[in-house]
Amino acid sequence: MKTIADRLIEDEGLRRGVGRLTPEKIQKVFKELVAGECGARMKTYMETCVRCGMCAKACHYYMSHKDPSYTPVAKVSQTMWRLFDADGKVDPEVIYQCAQVAYTECNLCRRCIHYCPLGIDTGYIISVVRRLCHKLGVTPQYIQDTAHSHSATMNQMWVKDDEWPDTLQWQEEESREEFPGLRIPLDVEGADFMYSVIAPEPKFRTQLIYQAAAIFHAAGVSWTMPSTPGWDNSNMAMFSGDSEIMARVERAHYETAQRLRVKRIVMGECGHAFRAVYDVANRWLGWKYHPVPVVHSVEFFWELIQQGRIKLTHKYADPVTIHDPCNIIRGRGLMDKLREVVHFLCENVVEMSPNREHNYCCCAGGGVINCGPPFKNVRIVGNSIKAEQLKATGVHTLVAPCHNCHGGLEDIISKFGLNMHTKFLGDLIYELMEKPE
Amino acid sequence: MVAALEGPAFTMAVNGEAWETTFDKAWYPRFSPDGRLTVLVQADGDWTLAVDDVAWEEQYGYVWNTMFSASGDIIAACIQQDGEYGFSIDGTPWETLFENANQPVFSKAGNAAAAVVQVKSLAQADIATFQEGIFSVAVNGEAWDSIFVNCWNPVFDPAGKNVAATIRRSLYDYSVAVNGKAWTGSYACAWAPAFNPATGAVAAPVRKAGAWGMAIDDAMAWEPRFGQLWQQAFSPDGSKLAAIACTRFGEFTVAVDGTPWGVSFPVVTDLTPSPAGARFAALASEHNTNFAVLCDGKVWDGRYDMAYAPVWSADGAHLALAVEKAGRQTIVVNGKAYPQSFDKCYAPAFSPDGKLVLIRALAGGKCHRIVAPVTAFTG
Repeated sequence: MKTIADRLIEDEGLRRGVGRLTPEKIQKVFKELVAGECGARMKTYMETCVRCGMCAKACHYYMSHKDPSYTPVAKVSQTMWRLFDADGKVDPEVIYQCAQVAYTECNLCRRCIHYCPLGIDTGYIISVVRRLCHKLGVTPQYIQDTAHSHSATMNQMWVKDDEWPDTLQWQEEESREEFPGLRIPLDVEGADFMYSVIAPEPKFRTQLIYQAAAIFHAAGVSWTMPSTPGWDNSNMAMFSGDSEIMARVERAHYETAQRLRVKRIVMGECGHAFRAVYDVANRWLGWKYHPVPVVHSVEFFWELIQQGRIKLTHKYADPVTIHDPCNIIRGRGLMDKLREVVHFLCENVVEMSPNREHNYCCCAGGGVINCGPPFKNVRIVGNSIKAEQLKATGVHTLVAPCHNCHGGLEDIISKFGLNMHTKFLGDLIYELMEKPE
Repeated sequence: MVAALEGPAFTMAVNGEAWETTFDKAWYPRFSPDGRLTVLVQADGDWTLAVDDVAWEEQYGYVWNTMFSASGDIIAACIQQDGEYGFSIDGTPWETLFENANQPVFSKAGNAAAAVVQVKSLAQADIATFQEGIFSVAVNGEAWDSIFVNCWNPVFDPAGKNVAATIRRSLYDYSVAVNGKAWTGSYACAWAPAFNPATGAVAAPVRKAGAWGMAIDDAMAWEPRFGQLWQQAFSPDGSKLAAIACTRFGEFTVAVDGTPWGVSFPVVTDLTPSPAGARFAALASEHNTNFAVLCDGKVWDGRYDMAYAPVWSADGAHLALAVEKAGRQTIVVNGKAYPQSFDKCYAPAFSPDGKLVLIRALAGGKCHRIVAPVTAFTG
């Protein structure tokens, strides 16, 4: 059987990190991590996995490569079990291999949990491997750069304090011709909801902010956006393993909503950000749930449709298919609401197979796409199963309410020549909704 | 309010009277504590701040985040000029601007402004240089000599003479620096520091061995035993220190001098010390609903759909805040509500002797300004 050692990829961040390690240092950090942060959960998983291999067919990497070393159980075997077997005292090169597996060959999509007869959360185990790698300073260069950006600016794209309100004002101004009277309300205390987005939107997808503003304007809702840091809901530090920065970013996000006294937070169409806000970072901060209720755009659009606030001029005629983002479907159960929204908007919906919580990951999430160019080709080839799944639908329009999914799916579409294009729900609603004459 | 004119152009309207000057854009209108009206304005592509219909002479690429001294006599704003960042104080920019400046603070006395500043250039994805340290804190445009991987949350002492900030010396080594000098203590994480207004000591929540405690002047003052600890605040005489604390996962309260109150809620916010005495108030909620008011460890009876920041009377005898229930807002003093409700209430204010409360509210499209004795709050 091949192993990770047979496919190592050079990365400046990983290489630089392992150059400063010794087996003794690795052991010390490993033991501290296991004793201080893992508790019974890791021990239970380590001792209950029977190596049955039922998880194999759950993993898109394995289904694409048909190489057993890509199965979830093999990924754990090559990382955490290896570390436990050696009591943490391993050669630095092993940490390089662990990092490559953890950051670039597992999307933390948690599909494998559904197929494990014992319910083992391999995503959790791999997250702990990432946490160890972070503590050892062995993280891929590009995702580490993103974590640095979070720490320095409270957003993932180094957007500076002036660029954010300037961008919102620009989008408001742009929209005025099409929607007279449209406002992007900044810092409105007591609004029904704060709309937060991920930093790539002001950086290079400003049309999504425009479209969201148009939809909220047409729906007549009470909303606001903060003019200050705390507006970015993304969190790549969660995926790099830097829990402290993850928490700092999330605290800024929640405290901004608390300062504005909004009833809840509505998040743009991003999956990983939802996971950070809804499930992970809030708990690290000590909150059992979320201190301000959080709603993903899928659910919010569903509400607007239920309330009759979105009026269409027509339905989207071309057949569409639906991609189920891991973090809001397996992570939140929005599969039915997503379908209700898409069916409201589109005349002809062709389900891909498998779908809903059984759908394959886009292979971009979990921070994998953020590991950057060195791993791009492997990431795309590692999801040929998704390409086959998409091709089998025979449609040309792919609806995916998640930024990372768009990135991953567009790469797959391009690589495999699928003649498809991706759309957010916001793209469709904006395109189809009634607009002023 | 900002008024739109034909053109398109914008100006400010105050009590129905428009300013003479018009602008291409105008946003962020704010009254200074001394009653002057400020607004961020753009004309011919450049931004500046206008105060009572007079724009600052200096113009910038962008201006934002207007701040005031406690008395309102000095006005500061963040500026960006030619891709460099800093402050403008009463229209005069810092002599040195930086590649980036964020987390701005302005001292109460108005004598100093500070921000976290980037003092070294950084190429895209250059993680090595970042981890060597590129950030510091600049006070009145002059950066500390010391450079860190990160600096966060700079704060002034009441006189505006000393600055403390959270720092990260490596990805794993958090601490606090005061006037550029770092504590020797190294922690797994740390939150924003605060000055003791009486002694000048600096307190900061720090994480050690998996739990949060309070460090004061580089020594542990509260042993690490909390699941979370933040937003610490001293009483004005410096005799008491309180902080929002997580005593068990999902259970928050206020701890005073390290001892938690006997009540806990899923969320606690807005810890507010009284300006006299050593009383503390905070808001509690069940994930943004069912708000309650905590005062000196006791829970007021009322429950609200939303609650706004509490305000103490100058003598610390009374506590007031705006609350919302079933879509209507009112003011509550010492747990008792004003008998009238409104569409919107703004922060209440006490008279200097604490006997009267100013209610500012909107109802039916009209502004209401009501001066009510504290005895009028009976609901």
